[in-house]
Order: sequence, then structure tokens, then C-alpha cells
Amino acid sequence: MRRWLFLLALLPALALAQDMVTRDGVTMTAAQEAQAEAIGDQLRCLVCQNESIEDSDAKLAGQLRGIIRQQVVQGVPPSQIMDYMVQRYGIFVLLKPPVSPLTWLLYAMPALALALGGMAWLFAARRKAAPPAPLSEAERARLDELL
Amino acid sequence: MSPLRRRLLFGIPLALAVAGGEAFYVILRRMQANNYDPHALPSPLLGKRPPAFALPGTNGMQGFANTDLAAPPKPMLVNWFASWCVPCLQEAPMLAKLAAEGLTIWGIAYEDDTQALAQFLQQNGNPYQRLATDAAGTTAINWGVYGVPETYFIDKTGIVRWRYAGALTDDVVARYLNPLLAKYS
Repeated sequence: MRRWLFLLALLPALALAQDMVTRDGVTMTAAQEAQAEAIGDQLRCLVCQNESIEDSDAKLAGQLRGIIRQQVVQGVPPSQIMDYMVQRYGIFVLLKPPVSPLTWLLYAMPALALALGGMAWLFAARRKAAPPAPLSEAERARLDELL
Repeated sequence: MSPLRRRLLFGIPLALAVAGGEAFYVILRRMQANNYDPHALPSPLLGKRPPAFALPGTNGMQGFANTDLAAPPKPMLVNWFASWCVPCLQEAPMLAKLAAEGLTIWGIAYEDDTQALAQFLQQNGNPYQRLATDAAGTTAINWGVYGVPETYFIDKTGIVRWRYAGALTDDVVARYLNPLLAKYS
């Protein structure tokens, strides 16, 4: 019985041990790794430029992954980690550009396209000839007479 | 269909296609003339001082810290390079020429080792008045360096005015560096 209790007491430690992962030189929990991956997925690799730093094999990307993981383990909030990267590499490092005067046109594009399409549609609709007016009483009588 | 409508239906897409073609033509022509590099990134350090750092010297030369860059007597360059980097080899003659003309150039060796550096300097000459080494590459990350070579122009007040990623060529010196030297000297 005592042996079982001992093993039972060890169980959480076992779960914890299995939960730990090491990546880019930092050991952390699986949850922390997931958080770090979510951050890395949003950052552009400066060397390859069309890959995220999570996907890239470049050495610099590996170093940046290490920095992200160290900061995640230290409990730095994700927004501050993003700021850390933007401070060094500019907004180009963000795969999703922030809304700024530089990107207003980019973000306004869907609305502009919709407005342009709507205007074209209105233009076409207004150009279409109006349907003929319904027959008046006299015209209907004349039609019946003819038929 | 009215004549006006027919003209618009034909003219608007044609105008858009012409404008798009013109834009692509300008971009390609500027790329061909080395006037535009779509991979180049603007440095967030422009208009600012370099971040805090203190790097040791290597190969018998003095290293330096950000405080040493606070107020240089005349505008100067900080050149990030490595002995293993091919464009660095290509720009070595240009750096030697600039140094001979009296421009102050301080070097930072990026993720390099002393032995390889010694050989590189022996073969290509040493244009640097000071030579620091960033073996771990952490200071490079703080500067926003994303490859070597990278060259930073620092004015007399210690502010970074220009960053060039890639080898310094005659064209780059004539187009960017000489006007900067004229402006900030």
C-alpha cells in the first residue's frame, strides 16, 4: 500500500517531466513551446523573407526562436516580445502588417473594391431601360377586341 | 449600349493595364540600374544612436562600446563583416580605398573566430581603426543586423544616418556615401 502511495505521489512529476520540451537551447513546458510557436509564426525570417522564423532553417531565425523562448519562459507577454522584434527589425518583421498610414491603402483595398463594384453595378442598373408601364383600361379593352 | 459606355468599358481596363505595366517597368528598370532592391529593409536605427553594447577587441586591436560612438570627431562607418562571408571579401578593396582616403572605419566581426579573422585581414588588408568581435551574434540582433556585410554611417553627434546591407561598390559609394559625407562632414 505504501509503495502504491509513493508511486501515486510520483505521477504528477512524471507528467511534468514528459511535458517538458527543449527547442533552440531552451527547455520549457509544452504550453510555453506552443505560445512561442504562435509568436514565431507571426514573425518574418529576415534572411529568407517569405518564411516565418518558425519555418526557417536560417541561423538567425534559430537565434530569434531561442530569444522568443527565453522570454516566454521568463513570462514576458507576447506583445512585448513582438515589440522587441519590431524595435530591431522594423515592421517588416511582422508577417501581418499593422494598420498605419503606410498600410491604410492595403487595408482599405477590400472596401474600395466593394465600393467600386457597387458603383459599377448601380451604374449598370440605372442604365437598364425601365419596364413598359402596365396597360391602361382602354388599351386592355382594345387588345381584347383585337384578339 | 451608348457610345460613352462602350468607350468607358474599353478605356478603363486599358488604362489600368497600362498603369500597371508602367509601374512594373519602372520597378524593373530601377532594379536593373541597382537603384532599387526589393529585399532591402529600412533600418529602425536610422535617426537613433546604436543600442548599448560593449564588445572586446580581437587580433590585437581595440574593441569598442556604444559610448565610443557617442560623438566621433568626424563622420565614420561601422562595418559588420565576417571572414566566412563572400560579399565581405568583395568589398574589402573598397573599404581599403575609403580608409586610405581618410575615412574612419570601425569593424565588428560577426560570429567569427580569431584565427580565421587573422587570415582574412592578412589576405585582404585591415581597413579598421578598431576591430571588435561579436562571436555570439547577440549585439548584431540588437542592431537589427540580418546578414553581413552591413555598413552603418554615424554622424558627428553619434546618430546613425544610413545603413547599407550588402557589399559597398563604386556605385553605392557614389550614390549614397559621398553625398552623406558631403552633408555631415
